[in-house]
Amino acid sequence: MKTLHMPLSAEDIRDLHLGDSVLLSGVMITARDAAHKWMIDTYVRRTRTPAGDDEQVYAALKDLLRGGAIYHCGPVVAGLQTKQYAFKAAGPTTSIREEPYQGEVMHHFGVRAVIGKGGMGARTLAACREVPGVYLHAIGGAATLIAETVKRVQGVHKLEFGVPEAMWVIEVEDFPAVVTMDSHGQSLHAAIEKASHEALEKLLTT
Amino acid sequence: MQDLTEQFVELIRRTSTDLPADVHRALNEARDREAPGSAARSALESILQNVELARQKNSPICQDTGTPIFFVRYPAGWSGRALRAQIRAAIARATEKAYLRPNAVDSLSGKNSGNNLGDEAFPSLHFEEVEGETLTVDLLLKGGGCENVGAQYSLPDDRLGADRDLQGVRRAVLDAVQQAQGLGCAPGVLGVSIGGDRGTSYAASKQQLLRALDDTNPDPALARLEAQLTQEANTLGIGPMGFGGATTVLGVKMTGQHRLPACYFVTVSYMCWADRRRRLTVLGDTCTIE
Repeated sequence: MKTLHMPLSAEDIRDLHLGDSVLLSGVMITARDAAHKWMIDTYVRRTRTPAGDDEQVYAALKDLLRGGAIYHCGPVVAGLQTKQYAFKAAGPTTSIREEPYQGEVMHHFGVRAVIGKGGMGARTLAACREVPGVYLHAIGGAATLIAETVKRVQGVHKLEFGVPEAMWVIEVEDFPAVVTMDSHGQSLHAAIEKASHEALEKLLTT
Repeated sequence: MQDLTEQFVELIRRTSTDLPADVHRALNEARDREAPGSAARSALESILQNVELARQKNSPICQDTGTPIFFVRYPAGWSGRALRAQIRAAIARATEKAYLRPNAVDSLSGKNSGNNLGDEAFPSLHFEEVEGETLTVDLLLKGGGCENVGAQYSLPDDRLGADRDLQGVRRAVLDAVQQAQGLGCAPGVLGVSIGGDRGTSYAASKQQLLRALDDTNPDPALARLEAQLTQEANTLGIGPMGFGGATTVLGVKMTGQHRLPACYFVTVSYMCWADRRRRLTVLGDTCTIE
């Protein structure tokens, strides 16, 4: 078991290999579908003009994400009325939907850890090698268990995206995950896909 | 007619926070099949810990509390319209209590309604008037990750060498499992419909997910195919979370529907390991949730 503290250095990342179990501590930020599209359109590909509080949020994100961690998660949050936010359930969402955006977001902000479930594709794997960064797999559906590791909600950006899609800034302690894509070009997901495809071919000959 | 709003809130709470016993048992058995020290076993251990903790803390098993899908069978004397209004009120109340995450997003504006009430299709409500005196309400909370890996095949399918027979159905279902990898939160449960049109076939495949994991299909040919597909899918080596391992599916449930001569659909709905389903029954003054 390796322990990691955000922000992460290039050495922290190079030290990690496929199959390593890690416990993460420090600040991470949730971002999923709407957030990735907003980051890409407004600041990476610049196809959209910043509006509203975009510039403020961008400035805050730049600090948080340098060497930081993005968590693909749409939490169940208590305290929405009082703004005394607390995460009740916070497992990972399926990461592959961010494949069109993730590599560019990692490069743009210097993100070193992407946390989610189900794995990602070739472009994210390339970004893991270049930035360098790592993809960490959390246990899908283990939402109450993972929420226990969220010690504090520091704040929230873009709540207008809705509770699941907002960017929640959280402090975690011993958040458990497994390295399934590393900075050395290895992907567990590519390996399982290939092996299961061969097993299927064999079954279909009968 | 009784007002069942409070009972519906309780049905939602139980479904979101308390996994059915048959699913819990199947996950325990799956854990025991994985090699000690493997990522697959460790994933299932976390899953089982989470199931216990969610029950104790009255907290959602999974943060994606999904599309609430209700199947309501009501005898004469009940009003479908009143039941619809009560279910919708219960959904909003359960969201306030954080048993459900606000999940209803307007597809055109992108706005989340905040209370899980969308248009007529959200929550998803199915009504049928039935004989007898018992009101039955089945609830399935189906998350988006597993919904995204559902698949529909139109046979014959040349790529798969799948003809219009049960062997062809087998090929389509195994392909769907391989395509899904771990993305639907394996080990999952498959609901399969053969026939129908594209719409009715998906609806029927979801209704199959209401069956208990350990029941037996009344059709002997489908019963054999369900067992065979469960065994074969588990030789693909995808495993819990797609980490590799012995259990990729917990069960397969199948049904057939009449179809047009030109159409032969095989529809697979994938339910994640957090197979959240509960049934409420009302007979006279007695209301039970199982």
